[in-house]
Order: sequence, then structure tokens, then C-alpha cells
Amino acid sequence: MSRFQSMTGQRLLQWIWPIVPVLGALLFTTGLLLIFDTSPLVAFEAMFQGALGDSAKRLSMLAFWIPLLLASLGLLVTFRAGLWNIGIEGQIILGAVGASWIALKVTAPSPILIALELLVAMAAGALWAGLAGILKTRGRVHEIFGGLALNNIAIIFTNYLISGPWQPPEGGTFRGTEPFQDAALLPLFGESRFAPLSLILAIIAFAIIVITLRGTFWGLKLKALGKNSYSAYLLGISSEREIILAMMFCGALAGLGGAVRVLSWFDSLRQGIAGGIGFMALLVVMLANYNMFLVPFIALFFAAVLSGSITLQLRTQLHSSLGGILTGVMVLFVLLFGDAGKLGIGRKKSDHHGAPEVEGRAIDPFSRDIPEGE
Amino acid sequence: MRVEVRDIQKHFGLVKANDGISLTFEGGKIYGLLGENGAGKSTLMKILSGYQPPDSGEILLDGRTAEFSSPATALSDGVGMLYQDPLDMPPFRVIDNYLLGHDSKVRLSYKSAAAELKEIMARYDFAVDVNAYIDTLTMGERQQLELVRLLAGGARLLILDEPTTGISAEQQERLFESMRRLAYKEGKTLILVSHKLDEIQELCDYAFILRRGKLVGETEVPCPNETLVEMMFGQVPAQSERPPFELGQPQLEIKNITVGDYRLSASNINLSVQAGEVFGFAGLEGSGQRRVIQACAGLIHPSDGRIKLAGEDVTGWSYHKMQQAGMAYLAAGRLEGGLVAGLSLTEHLALTQPEQSFLVDWDGVRHEMDQRIKHYQIVGRPDSTADELSGGNQQRLLFALLNSPLKLLLLEHPTRGLDVRSTNYTWDLLYQRREEGTAIIFMSADLDEIIERSDRIAVFSAGKMSRIVAARDTSVDELGHLIGGQS
Repeated sequence: MSRFQSMTGQRLLQWIWPIVPVLGALLFTTGLLLIFDTSPLVAFEAMFQGALGDSAKRLSMLAFWIPLLLASLGLLVTFRAGLWNIGIEGQIILGAVGASWIALKVTAPSPILIALELLVAMAAGALWAGLAGILKTRGRVHEIFGGLALNNIAIIFTNYLISGPWQPPEGGTFRGTEPFQDAALLPLFGESRFAPLSLILAIIAFAIIVITLRGTFWGLKLKALGKNSYSAYLLGISSEREIILAMMFCGALAGLGGAVRVLSWFDSLRQGIAGGIGFMALLVVMLANYNMFLVPFIALFFAAVLSGSITLQLRTQLHSSLGGILTGVMVLFVLLFGDAGKLGIGRKKSDHHGAPEVEGRAIDPFSRDIPEGE
Repeated sequence: MRVEVRDIQKHFGLVKANDGISLTFEGGKIYGLLGENGAGKSTLMKILSGYQPPDSGEILLDGRTAEFSSPATALSDGVGMLYQDPLDMPPFRVIDNYLLGHDSKVRLSYKSAAAELKEIMARYDFAVDVNAYIDTLTMGERQQLELVRLLAGGARLLILDEPTTGISAEQQERLFESMRRLAYKEGKTLILVSHKLDEIQELCDYAFILRRGKLVGETEVPCPNETLVEMMFGQVPAQSERPPFELGQPQLEIKNITVGDYRLSASNINLSVQAGEVFGFAGLEGSGQRRVIQACAGLIHPSDGRIKLAGEDVTGWSYHKMQQAGMAYLAAGRLEGGLVAGLSLTEHLALTQPEQSFLVDWDGVRHEMDQRIKHYQIVGRPDSTADELSGGNQQRLLFALLNSPLKLLLLEHPTRGLDVRSTNYTWDLLYQRREEGTAIIFMSADLDEIIERSDRIAVFSAGKMSRIVAARDTSVDELGHLIGGQS
């Protein structure tokens, strides 16, 4: 066989490559179902019905989708700057806490109250993210480790609030605060948990992200920083400032997602309020291959799989974590095979990616399965 | 070993790096591979050594087709390449590094490896302590170590890519001696990739000349230099002229600074550079000259002494503040320090604009980049990424990104790896900068360049700066003595 023929074969392989991880994950899950003596057809049908079966389910899926989308959009910014914002889970929690604080303590007309809640939630998320950023630039704590620590602190802080100062009057159940006043909650669509306002916010956030990353100097600086921080520094970019700002930008969106969680999905501050959405958002962005226009669709796909797996549990004897397994395996396959270059196909010269990205891959914090939904 | 490459094609984007090259190398001879920057020499040799696959074409070793998937498989077939930057592990000891690339057994045998190393080193008259740490070795010693690794790995074809960059004259002599021994006594095939004509003339038996991805000539050497130059460039490039220039006020004043750390510290440095002056720093790599340049850039701060820029005390100013004050610094590694791989030329220009609005005016910046591409004769397009450019064009891009006016321009090895034409062009650009009163400090490993291009010269030796000499009154010989620490 001549060299030429083998090269065209590789071209073809490169072209169809993005489908491979998706098919791989489906095959893997099918295999898993067969091992547990369940018909894959029945299982996937149950999941599909569970996500899209009727309008209530579709609305529920949308309600789950929006906080996930907001967090994913935020992560586009930090990934662009070459940062692994693992602390996003904690930033969602802090956003939820911030919104809850206003909802519990302030009395005002509904529109003012809601605006205040959202602003405070964004500020709280940004603050928590900024802390991880300062730990990185000033304390030389890698954002992965700083973020993980801050996640834990956020969880402990929520538990303290629920069982302490914000305990419901009828006594501590250690599950959540009392329901917020009606004026504090986002107006819901019919009987669902979906708030149309949150969709509008998500669309605005998406537009801001597109403009920021494609059109602004700041977005360009982040791109340079993410690809080669030393060169970026020599070109005149202050890495400390931009790193902290990128983290805060992401934290604000995550905080907004947290507010949507407490103000529409729930009606009070609960334990495990973030429900792993932050970690899921990391997977969404990676599966989208950092492409901002793919992110909303991938996030929707995740929301569908996860809400579908609840029905799956009801119909079959399988645990709902199957949805988590499916998405998790898919991301794992993307990380393994998504970059065709890793398998020696079309080997490229230098791999001058941003250092944090390379470091992150080496540590690979995602090789564990995703934390389950609630 | 008889090595043939047949009709090698390699494209990078739209650039044809290799456009159907066919060459034959016989055993027992030293071949020179000549060409200006971007001619395709490195690409061809990387293909031959298994570093990257060709788009099409084939490699024959003693008449048999060979296909390499990596440098390791190429070496097991007898093809070894010595890269410009040695592929060793600086924090390791010599012996560890050798075992790493060599021993695939579970248990390491230090004893036999040390014996093997010493045996090969003795054969080629190399002297490296096997227990030394690699980061304490000179470039020349690391090169010797790489050669030993390749030879121990069974290399019968040895490719040396610009091997004389950054090594001392004595090490170069030793390297050439061992190359002759490898070719004439042991019958190995050697390929010397270079754009230095003297080297090719001194060492090689036969030379191939590449231009724009094609083989444009071959000749027995030694031969007249003009023959080689004509084949390399198509025409003989004119030596750039150094226009006379009236120097202005002192732009940079360094008063008694000490800069560095426990490994290397340059102390008691006193220097004054005038507007429009070109000041050359000579010395072996790692003698303190880079520290002083980085101190002037604000990248590291002196522990003692003062630095003044245009009369203003700038001691302790940050790099970014220095930039705003009219300082520019071009590091030695273009893609490591200065350009961002994966970012387009337009994006680079946008980042370096002094006035930044909120949104980028992409059309305006792209248009401006287009102008600068023409003005600086960059082979590339506004949407090309920096890493797609050849070394010479990356250097041109860095110049194209500099703002005006500049008070101080600091350069590390401004013409390293550039051919005659690009070197001349670079200096033409630098001389233009003098017109606006820029003081220029550059460091270089090439003494001829330093003498030819500078007004005044300082030599660094083990952290000490020599007396300052006027370029027109000095000689390579005098500088050589100063580098050796003699005054």
C-alpha cells in the first residue's frame, strides 16, 4: 500500500472522528444494560419518554437546563483563559445562598426583590470565584485545588445556615430553610418549575458571552493568556488581573444559575442545592469541545438524559444514575479519543496549548464519574 | 548506509515545505544540506528522522522502503538526528538520562551503562562526567551526550541540525573531528544541516541546496562561496549598510546594579547607552548578559543599584510599566516568549495596540496588519497563526508588532537561526529605529555580528562585565580573550 492511500484513509477517519465517542458511549451503556438483563430498547425508550414524553416533562427538562447552561457559559470564559474552574459548584451554591439571604430577609415588591436577589447571587458567586482566582495568583494555589476546597466550604456553610441561623421555626430537619415568600420566587410557567424569566436571562448571558469572547479586547487577552501566558505577559497583558476577572465573570453566571435553582426549581435553600450541576457543566463544555455555539445543545442533551433517567428508574429496576453514567462515559470517550492527534493520526508538531490545560489533562480530575443529580 | 529519499512532499496549510525532493546519501561521506530559512531543510530532516510523516513520497534505507512512526523507530532502523535543542532531561544526571533513553529493563544497571557511556565517549574523545547533572553542562557537552545516545542506539545515519549554534570554538573543533571519524573511519553517513557556508566548506564532501521546498542545486565542496550563495538565494544578497549616525543623549543609565540569584549573579554593572546607539553584549550563554537585559526590561529586579530611562529613575518598575514608558524586549525564543501559537497575526496586532477600546475593530486591525505584512515583507496572511510562520517571518512579525517611538529596545539573539538575507533585513529595521532615538542593546553568540553591528561592546564572563570596548577598535581575538575572563 502506498503512503498516499493510507493518508486518505486517515483523512476520512479524522472526519468521522467526533461521532466515535458518542457511539462508543452508547455501545458501552448498551453493554451495561445487557449485563443487568434489561432490554436496551426499553431503557432508552423510557429515558426518551421521561425527558420529552409530555409537556410537563419537557418543561421540567428546560427548568433543569437553564442553570446548567448558565454555568456552562461561564466556564467558556475560564476555559478560554486556560483555567480549570472546578470551584464552579461552590460558586453556584454561594449564588443560591446570596439569593436566599435576600429572599428570607428583605421585604419589597416582587420585581425589586427578584432583581436584588439575582444581583446579590451574581455578586456572591463572583466573590467565591474571585477568591479562587486570588488564591491562584497570590497564593500559588492551583485553581483546581483552591476550587475543590472552596466547594467543600460552600457546602459546609450551607449546612450551617440551614441547621443554624436560617433554620425553619418548626425545628431543624437539616434539609432546608422554610419556603420563601411568594414575592421572592420567579414567576413560573403554569404548573411547572420552569421560569420564563430565567430563559430570557440565559439568552442574554449567551449573547454577552458570544460578544465577549469574539469581539472584545478582554476576550482576546484571555485567549492569549490561555494559550501561552508568558508570551501574553510579554505582549503586555496583566495575567493576574485577567485571571481574577475571568474567574469572577464565570462565578457571576454560576451564581445566577444558583439563584435560578433556589427561586424556581426549589422554593427554599436546600442541602445539595447545586446538585452537581457545576461539575456537569464542565463536562458539557468539554463535550462541546469549547465551542460556544454547541454548548446550549449539549447542555440540553445532558438535561434530557438526566431527567429521562428518573423515568427510567420508575419503569425499570435500574437506578437513575444510568443517565449520569451515559453522559460521563461520553465525556470520557471524548477526552480519550476526541483529539484524533492523541492516537497518532495526523501527528502534529508542537503542542503549544496553554499550560493549565495541559496540566489539567495530566491530572484529569474527570476520570471519576460525575456526582449524581439530586 | 545508503539512504534515499524519493519525491518527498509535505504541506503545512498552503505552504509547500517540501515539494517533491529526491536525494541520495552514500555511506562514508559527510553531506551538507544548505538553504535559507524556510527552504524546507528542517522539514525534510524531521521526515527522514521519523519526527513527522511526509504527505507522500518514500524513504529507502539500503534499497529497502522504510516507514517510521516515531524518532524511536527511526533510530532502531539506524537513523538518528541531533536536534538544535538537545532532547535531554535537564534535572537528570547524565547517566540517568542515558538509561532513560536506552534501557528498557525493569532493573537499571548503572554499572554497565556507565561503562558503555565511558567507552563510547573515549572513542570520540568526549569528556563528560557521567554523574554530572545535565543542567550544569554546557550546550556543547549536552550535544556530545546526545551523539553518544544516538550512537549507542545504533545510528548509522546521523543528521545534525545546526550543531554549532551556541557551542564554543573548541567544542566545535572536537565535534567536527568526531564527525570526520564517524564518516571516514566507521563508514557512517552524516548530514550537516546548516546555513553557515564556512562550516559546509570546511567539513562536507558534497552539498545539496534547497530553496522554497525544492532541490535547486548540488555540488562537490569545497567550492567557491559565490556558487553556494547563488544557489541558495538565486542572487547574491547585498550586505546591508550601516548608516553613520550621530548619537544623542544617554537613554539608559545603569549605575552599579547587582542582579541575579544564587546560581548566577551579575554584579557591579555600570553602563550608559545613548539615543541611537547599538550596544552589543558578548559572552558565553549564561554569563550574566541575559540577566542584565531582563533587569533593564523590568522582568527581574536588581538587588542593588539604580536604572534610569531617559533621565527617570525606573528601578523596580514592573515590565508592563517599562513597556508603557517606551521599552520593548524581544526574547530569544519567539514562540515561547513573544508570540502566541494559535493566535492569528491580526489578533497579535490587536493585542499590542496601545489604545484599546472595549470592542476590537477587527476590520481595521486586519487592514493595518495587511499593511504591516507588506511593509515588513512577512510571508503570511493576516489570518495565519504565528506558529505557521517560519522563524525568519516570526522575527519580522515581532518587529511589525513593536510600537513607535521606542526609547529602549532590548534583544536576545535577534538573528539566531536567520539566514543572511533575513539577518540583513533585521538589521536594516533596527538601524531605522535609531532615527527616532531608540537605544538598542542586543546579545548574540556571534562575535562577528557583534563587532559588525554595534557601536560599543561589553563582554560578560561569569557574571562580570568587562571594560567597554568600541566596536571599530576591537577584534574577534580581543573579544575572545575577554570572554575567557582575560582583560
